Amino acid sequence: MRLYRAILYRLMLAVITLWLLSVIVFAGCQILPGDVGRAILGPFADARSVAALNHQLGVDRPLLVQYWSWITGMLHGNMGQSYTYRAPVAPFIGHALLNSLKLAGIAFVLVVPLGILGGVVAALRVNTWVDRTIVIAGLSATVVPEFVSGIVFIMVFSIWLRIFPLTATPPSHAGFFTTIYYLLMPSIPLFMILFGYIARMARAGMIEALTSDYTRTAVLKGLTYRQVIWRHVLRNALLPTITVIATQTGYLIGGLVVVETLFNYHGIGSLIFAAAKAKDFPMLAAGILVIGVVYVGANLIADLLYSALNPRISFGGRE
Amino acid sequence: MSASVTPGTETPMPAASEQPAAAVPALDTPSSIRRDRVKLLLRSPPFVVGVLILLFWVVMAIFGPLIVPYNADDTDLLNTLTPPAFDHLFGTDQFGRDIFSRVIVGSRDILIVAPLATLLGTVVGTILGLITGYARGITDDIISRIVDAFLALPLLIIAMLVITALGISNTTVIVVIGLSFGLIVGRTVRAAVLSERDLDYIAAANLRGEKPLYIMFVEILPNVMPPILVETTVRLGYAIFTVASLSFLGLGIQPPSPDWGLSISQNYGLIGGGFWWTVLFYALAIGSLVVGVNLTAEGVQSVLDA
Repeated sequence: MRLYRAILYRLMLAVITLWLLSVIVFAGCQILPGDVGRAILGPFADARSVAALNHQLGVDRPLLVQYWSWITGMLHGNMGQSYTYRAPVAPFIGHALLNSLKLAGIAFVLVVPLGILGGVVAALRVNTWVDRTIVIAGLSATVVPEFVSGIVFIMVFSIWLRIFPLTATPPSHAGFFTTIYYLLMPSIPLFMILFGYIARMARAGMIEALTSDYTRTAVLKGLTYRQVIWRHVLRNALLPTITVIATQTGYLIGGLVVVETLFNYHGIGSLIFAAAKAKDFPMLAAGILVIGVVYVGANLIADLLYSALNPRISFGGRE
Repeated sequence: MSASVTPGTETPMPAASEQPAAAVPALDTPSSIRRDRVKLLLRSPPFVVGVLILLFWVVMAIFGPLIVPYNADDTDLLNTLTPPAFDHLFGTDQFGRDIFSRVIVGSRDILIVAPLATLLGTVVGTILGLITGYARGITDDIISRIVDAFLALPLLIIAMLVITALGISNTTVIVVIGLSFGLIVGRTVRAAVLSERDLDYIAAANLRGEKPLYIMFVEILPNVMPPILVETTVRLGYAIFTVASLSFLGLGIQPPSPDWGLSISQNYGLIGGGFWWTVLFYALAIGSLVVGVNLTAEGVQSVLDA
C-alpha cells in the first residue's frame, strides 16, 4: 500500500511540475513577445495588417482563453498550427523527436557503460595517476561546450582524415549501420559532456561503498577481492549514478540544440532553434513542452527505479 | 595516586578539559583557518593551473587592445585568409583581420557578460535560498515547485525562449542566465540554511528578539558562505559555457565583437575549404578558459568541502 501511495505522490508532483511548466512556456511564447503579429511582421508593418494577423492567429483573444484552448489542444495531441509551415505542428515534432532519440540513444549507449567503467577504475585506483587522469580528463571534457569539441572533431575526422561525413543526416533509405556511422561523430560531443558527470558519480559512489563497514566485513570474512567488488561494492555504488543519468537528460537536450545545428541534423533541438529564429511560437511552445515532458518523465522513472532497486530508501518521504 | 602527577602524561579529567581550551583558540581562529585553506589551495596543482589560465585571460581582456599587433577590427582585403605565418601568427580571416589579435581581444565581452550573470545569480540565489530555507512551510513549497518546473528545461532552451521573445542584447543574456542561476544557487543555499536554522545560535538570536531579516542575513549568511562560494565558482564555468553557446547560435554577443563563439559561427563554413585557422584558435581559447575556470572551481570545492 505504502508503495502505491508513494508512486501516486510522485506522479502528482510530476503533474504539478508539468502544469507549471506549461504556464511558463505559454507565458514565454505568448506574453513575453508582446504583440505577436508585430514580432512576426516586423517594426515597419502596417498597423492594420498586424491587427489582421493577430486576429487570424487568434492571439487577440483574452490570455486565459488562449491558454485554455492551447493546453486542451496539447492534451488531445493537437499542438496547433505552425506559423512558418502553415501546417499542424505535431508531425514535425514527432519526426524530430525520433531523430533526436536516435542521436541521444547512441550517445547514451556509449557513455553509460564507459562512464561507469571510468568511475569504477578511478575509484579502485584512488589517488594514483590513473585516478587523477580520469578525474581531470572527465572534468575537462564535461565543461567544454559541444560546439567547440564538435568543431575540433569535424576538423580532425571529416576534413583531415576524411573518416567521417560532415553531416549527421544519412542518405535516404540508409540502413541501420549507415545511420549509426553518420550519427557516431555528432554523438561524441554529447558523450564528452556526459562522461565526466557519470564517471564522477560512479567514482564517488564506489569510494563510499569501498570504505563502508559492510565492505570491511565482507573482506574480513574472507571473500575474494572479485566477490567483494561484484557482490557488495558495485551494487551499492551504482545506485546514485542512475539518478545522475536521468538528470542529465535535460542537459543532453540542451546540447542537442547546438550539436544538431552544427552537424545540420533535423532533430528536436534544431527544430526548436529554427522555430525560435523564425518566431514560430506554436512550434516553439510545443517543442519546449515536449522536452519538459521527456525530462520530467525521465526523472520520475529514475526516482521509481532508484527506490525499487534500493530497499533501504523509504519511499514517499520528502527530500 | 593524586591528580597532580606529571603534567603532559595521562592526566585525569579536569586537566584534560582545560588543556584543549587553551590550545584550540590558537588553532581555529577564522583567520588561521583561512590561511590554512589558502595554503592547501596553493598546493593543489589543478587549482594553480586553473587560476593562472584564468588570470591570463582576465589580463588579456583588460589590457589586450594595448598589446595586440593589429587592431582587431582592421580589415586588409589584400591579405584575406592567409595561413598562420610570422606576421600573422594565427593567420587572417576572410576580411583580412588578424586572428591572433581577435582571439586576444575577443576575451573581453564573454568575461564581462558571464561574471555579471554569475554575480546576479549568486545574489538572487542567496536571497531566495535564505527566504525559502528560513521560512519553510507554504512559501517554501510554492517557490520550490516553481523552481522545479523551471529546472525541467535546459538553461539553453530557457535562454533561447526568453531571448527570442525579448530581443537579443547582452543585458537580456545576463538577466536570463542570472535569474536561472538564481534558482539553482537558491536550491543549494536553501539546503545549507535548512541544516543551520535548528542550531542553538539561531534559537539564541530568536530569544534575543532579533527580526527574521537580521537572523537570515547577519546570523545565518556568514555560516553558509562556503557552499555559496563553491556554487559561484562552479556557476561561472557554466555561465561561460552558456554564453559561448548562445553566441555560437547567434543569440548572444553580437557583431562586430570579436567574441570567440560568434567568430566560430561566422567562420565554421570555411573549414570545409581547408581554412582551419579561422576556427581552431577561437575554439582553443574557449576550451582553455572553461577548463581554467573549472579547475579553479574544483580546487575551491575540494578545500571548502573538506
